[in-house]
Formats: sequence, structure tokens, C-alpha cells
Amino acid sequence: MRVFVPCDAAALSMGADEVAAAIAIAAPNAEIIRNGSRGMLWLEPLVEVETDKGRVAYGPVTAGDVAGLVKDGMLDGKDHDLCHGPTEDMDYLKNQERLTFARVGIIDPLSLDDYKAHGGVKGLEKALKIGAQKIVDEVKESGLRGRGGAGFPTGIKWQTALAQEETQKYLCANADEGDSGTFADRMLMEGDPFSLIEGMVIGGLGIGADTGYIYIRSEYPHAIRTMRKAIEIWDRADLFGRNEDGSPRFDLQIRVGAGAYICGEESSMLESIEGKRGEVKVKPPIPAISGLFNKPTIVNNVLTLASVPYIMANGAKAYADFGQGRSMGTQPFQLAGDIARGGLVEKAFGVTMNELLNDFGGGTRSGRAIKAVQAGGPLGGFVAPADFDMAMGYESMAERGAMMGHGGLVVFNDQTNMGSMARYAMEFCEIESCGKCTPCRIGAVRGKETIDKIMAGEEQGKNLEVLEDLCDLMETASLCAMGGLTPMPVRSALKQFPEDFLGTAPEDSSKQAAE
Amino acid sequence: MATLLNTIEDAKARDICKAHGDKPDELIEVLHEVQAAHGYLSDAALRTIAQSLNISRAEIHGVVTFYHDFKKEKGAKQTIKICRAEACQAVGANELIAEAETHFKTKMDDKAVAIKLEATYCLGNCALGPAVMIDDQLYGRVDIARLKTISNNHKGED
Ligand SMILES: Cc1cc2nc3c(=O)[nH]c(=O)nc-3n(C[C@H](O)[C@H](O)[C@H](O)COP(=O)(O)O)c2cc1C
Ligand code: SF4
Ligand code: FES
Repeated sequence: MRVFVPCDAAALSMGADEVAAAIAIAAPNAEIIRNGSRGMLWLEPLVEVETDKGRVAYGPVTAGDVAGLVKDGMLDGKDHDLCHGPTEDMDYLKNQERLTFARVGIIDPLSLDDYKAHGGVKGLEKALKIGAQKIVDEVKESGLRGRGGAGFPTGIKWQTALAQEETQKYLCANADEGDSGTFADRMLMEGDPFSLIEGMVIGGLGIGADTGYIYIRSEYPHAIRTMRKAIEIWDRADLFGRNEDGSPRFDLQIRVGAGAYICGEESSMLESIEGKRGEVKVKPPIPAISGLFNKPTIVNNVLTLASVPYIMANGAKAYADFGQGRSMGTQPFQLAGDIARGGLVEKAFGVTMNELLNDFGGGTRSGRAIKAVQAGGPLGGFVAPADFDMAMGYESMAERGAMMGHGGLVVFNDQTNMGSMARYAMEFCEIESCGKCTPCRIGAVRGKETIDKIMAGEEQGKNLEVLEDLCDLMETASLCAMGGLTPMPVRSALKQFPEDFLGTAPEDSSKQAAE
Repeated sequence: MATLLNTIEDAKARDICKAHGDKPDELIEVLHEVQAAHGYLSDAALRTIAQSLNISRAEIHGVVTFYHDFKKEKGAKQTIKICRAEACQAVGANELIAEAETHFKTKMDDKAVAIKLEATYCLGNCALGPAVMIDDQLYGRVDIARLKTISNNHKGED
């Protein structure tokens, strides 16, 4: 009988290896499979047992629980305090629309047989039949937009690269995933690495690139290990043919980041892949025309690329049928911070923030009221509860001053001081600025100091003006979104929660007078 | 001769460069591997890498100082990476950091200590914060009691 214990880093962080070891002792006949995570992270380690009712879930399981669980009939799927019944019937999963994450948590991530048995490689087979232009057309029609943050239409970008007449082109997967509150790239690479590889091979066919790089942040050692093994297995399986010298027809390499948030920005990432300082480059030229080693290069987020096999296999329409307006398909949302049921929820665009936070997320973990949610990462604004009815989509969020980003939602409870969060936004920009332009490099330092002064009650009126000016300058004169968008969280915090900055201190502070 | 060579040459770094085909674009991969082998990037190692990959030492210096991961001094016996990004702050990362500073009698990012506390910005475990990483192992929902246990367990492994 088969027992599933995830090897996803989040599950490991709660003791999944110890649980697997305990099961091996308590149930020596069980075949233990290390799957990815189902994304119900509050239940990790989530153990599943295969029964005739399907897979039955138990969690969160500790190593200490195992002997008791086995004694009480876990291996037969018997009921227990930790039992959640058949996994597929759990509301959190049942109510999702999993296209990109269809296999994650279900298969053994490094089994190509599993991958194929669950629909893998079909997209590549179709792509090989239809050829470059039709691949790009299909992606265009699907409405797929970049999941890395900017939401640029993927097919249009690919068309530009395809149109370049260079023989050497590159395709790079952006797995830098630096935004706090996001972990979907990591879960995908650890739970279904072949889908990223397949997406890249199809992308390579589409734009005419024979070399791909996956740039993975160093904070993800588990994902790096899994991707390395997956590439080895893929290459050995020879699904895509070889060159005359015996090398794989699509050469795929991994580059490991070195702890710099800015390397998620595509031009910085390409510099880093070349072994240089990750400084942002001025555009134009855009990478699709001149990128890595000055050759036409497509950079796409992991989730963008991993959605391509589904689109190829099932057709553009099947994908575009999901979603709303110009936000087509699905988005793997990530619920993080003070949330009761944190994890990964893949839904068609158009789901409301409220549904994500409450129906799926179950409100805060602490039991306190939600004060604000940061959407779209460190450069995204704070959303207050009055706006939780907003539909999640690129345009519908922008209308309310919010940002989709990489689909992360970070929940803060009513104990949070939003002035401190604004200060942190400036501090983060100071730490992670690539240093190329002054508004960002110096502005962030001054911004942090100015918020400190305001919060200390020093000449608040004057310093608020200084802060506004600084934000204006950063927004208009920064070279990239690091400096350009850091004012977003700052301003949204200030606008919605001024009392957190001003405190009870009177305007133009008495503190100075007292000193 | 041999001794003179030893002071300027880092054989391990030379081998690692070679394994990467002495390709300058693989500099960051090389730096990662050399640092993993020695714990830090010594002057001798950087000199050797510069020579092998045929790039200037100034350029290497520029790269080493740009990235937070690279260290030019010998590291602590144990480095505890604590996430201080937003999602972990939302569940008490700052409090954990304060308690850890008191318990380990050091400040975040202080270098000259046996156990070093290092700030990190998201470990991809944002639904199970506060998150901590030691020796590439990830931990979730860490409070000070759990942190003490984890730190002790890792000492045993050295
Ligand atoms: C400061 C900054 C950080 C970024 N970080 C990431 C990241 O971690 N992952 C990512 O995919 N895109 C990131 N991006 C966006 C990339 O520049 C780029 O738009 C994206 O990788 C393109 O892929 P897509 O079209 O599939 O989204 C970042 C951008 C900026 C300005
Ligand atoms: S805005 Fe900041 S991160 Fe972006 S190029 Fe300028 S200095 Fe670098
Ligand atoms: S914010 Fe701490 S792990 Fe992501």
C-alpha cells in the first residue's frame, strides 16, 4: 500500500522527513512516496494513504503521532482526529481550478512515468507537430500574461523573439521569486519540475532557442536540488532528440542566485547569468531583441512557462475559458502572513480577495481582525478590508490601486503598525537597491529616515511634505520598478492609516520643544 | 617554491574553475562552490579564480561585494538565518529576532561570534512563519523555544 509524505520544503520545515522515517518503522510494508505539497500548508506534514475511496488525508502529523495513527488504522484510511477524509473532497482543494498546479502534490515529482500518466509531455508532442509560429499563436490566443509581476502578454513577447533572425537565442526561466508572501514557483519546481522543463522546451521551439537557463534564488536549496535531478532525468529520457555530438537538443542549465532581490528584474538577472554584478540595464534594447550575451532572449516567470504545456495540450481556448476580461486563465494565489489556512490556491481570475482570505484562508491564524493585506509583494500597496470585495485580475486590481504581482497576499492583523511597515518598505529598498540610480539608492535611505522622524513626532507637517516629495521623485526618476514602486506601499499605508504614522503626537511635535 | 605557490594559489578554487571550463560567465557558480568548500572567499581563492577565468580582480571584487551571499571572512560556527520579510513580520519575526538576540547574546548580522544571526528576506515559507534556515534546512512556525532546540540539533551534526 502506498503512503504519501511530501518532500516540499514547507512540509520539511514542519518535520516531514521525521514523519516519513517514523512511518517506515511503524509500517515497514508501506511504500512511501515523497510527493510535492497539496498546498494546504497549515496541515503540513500532510500524510495521504491510498485506499479504495481514493487518497485519504491526515494532518498535521508529527513523528510522535505516527505509531498511534498506524495503530488506529491510518493505513486503511480509518477515521481519526487528524483525518480529513478523501483529499480530493476537501473544500480547499475541491473549490480550486488547478491547471498549472494540476499534478503538484499528486505525483512523485521525479517520476517521468507519473508525469506522463498525468498528462505530461502531451503539450510537447503537439508543439512538435505544429511548429514555431503556431506555438506562438496558440500562446497569444490563450491570453497568457506574465506571472512574474508585470503581466505582459507572453505570446506577443515570444513573437518578437521569433522574428529575430539570429541563430543563437536564449530562453530563461525566472525563478528568483523574491517577493515576501510568494512560494508558488518553489512549490512548482519541487512538486512538478518536469512541467517547467516541458514549458521551456516548448518555448524554445516557439522562439527558436536551443539553450535555456533557470535562474533559481539561493534561498531555495530544495528546489535547486529537485530541478537539477529533473533535468538529468529528462535529458537521459531523450524525449526531444539529440544533436550530432550526443548533447540534448535543448540544453538546459541552472544558475543559482546569490541573495539579491533585484536579480529578479530581468535585465539584472541576465547580467547575473553572465557572471556579473546584477545591475539593472537601461531599455531599449529589450531582451527579446538583445538580451543574454547580446542575443535575443526571452525571460519568463516559472508559472508562465509551466502554464504552457497545459495550453498546448488542451488548446488556447480551454485556458482562455477561465478568467475575466483581459485576465485570462488561472492564477496560483498564495495566502501568507497571519492567515489560518495559508497555502496555495489556484483559481480563475475574477475570484474576490474576500473569497481567498476568508472562504479559503479562514481569516487570521491569530484570531485577530485583519487590518490590511499587502498584495503583489514588497512593491505592492496595502489593501484595507473595505476593498476586500475587489476581483483579482490585472485591471480590476489596478483600478483600486492594488497590484497582482506574483499573486501573493500577506495578511496583517490589527496589532500591526502600518507606519512601521512603510518604514520597512523603504529599508528593504535601501538594502536591495542595485545602486545604479540616485532616486532609488539615496531616496530609500532618506525615506526611511523621514518616516522615523514623522513617527518620532518631529516636525510632522514638514516631514510629511519631504516624504511626499521623495515618493514623487522615486516614482518618476527611478530606472526600474524597485525604486519606482517602493512608494506604493508607503503611500497606501500613509493614506489609509495616517494615525499609525502620526501617533498621538501633536503636529510639529512637542518633543522638540521639550528637548 | 612550493610554499610560495601555496600562499597565493588555492588548489581547490583552481579545480572548481576547471570543472566549470574556466568560463568567466560561470563566475557566480564558481564563487558559490568555493565558498561552500572553504566557508568563505579568501584572497588566495579570489586571486586564483581571477587567473583561471581570466578576469580582473577588480571585476571579481565588484561581484563579490554586490551579492549578499558572498563572504570575505571566515564564517561563524553556526549561522542562523532568520526571515525578516513582511509575511514573517506579520506573525512575529521581529519578536523572535529580539528574543534570539538576547538568548544568543549577539545582534543580527554581528560577525565575530560562534553563533551568527543573519537577516534574510523570504525563504519561501511565508504561510508557516516565522521561518528560519540553518545549513540549508528550512524550519517553519519557529518561536524562541523551537529555535533553541533547532540550533542545538545542528550543533550535534558538525
Ligand atoms: C525589482 C524587481 C523584482 C522582480 N522580481 C521578479 C521575480 O522574482 N520573479 C519574476 O518572475 N519576475 C520578477 N520581476 C519581473 C521581471 O523583470 C520580468 O518582468 C519577468 O520575469 C518576465 O516574465 P513574465 O513575463 O513571465 O512575467 C521583477 C521585477 C522587478 C522590477
Ligand atoms: S531603481 Fe533602484 S534597483 Fe532599479 S535601477 Fe535604479 S537603483 Fe537599481
Ligand atoms: S516572508 Fe518569511 S519566508 Fe517568506
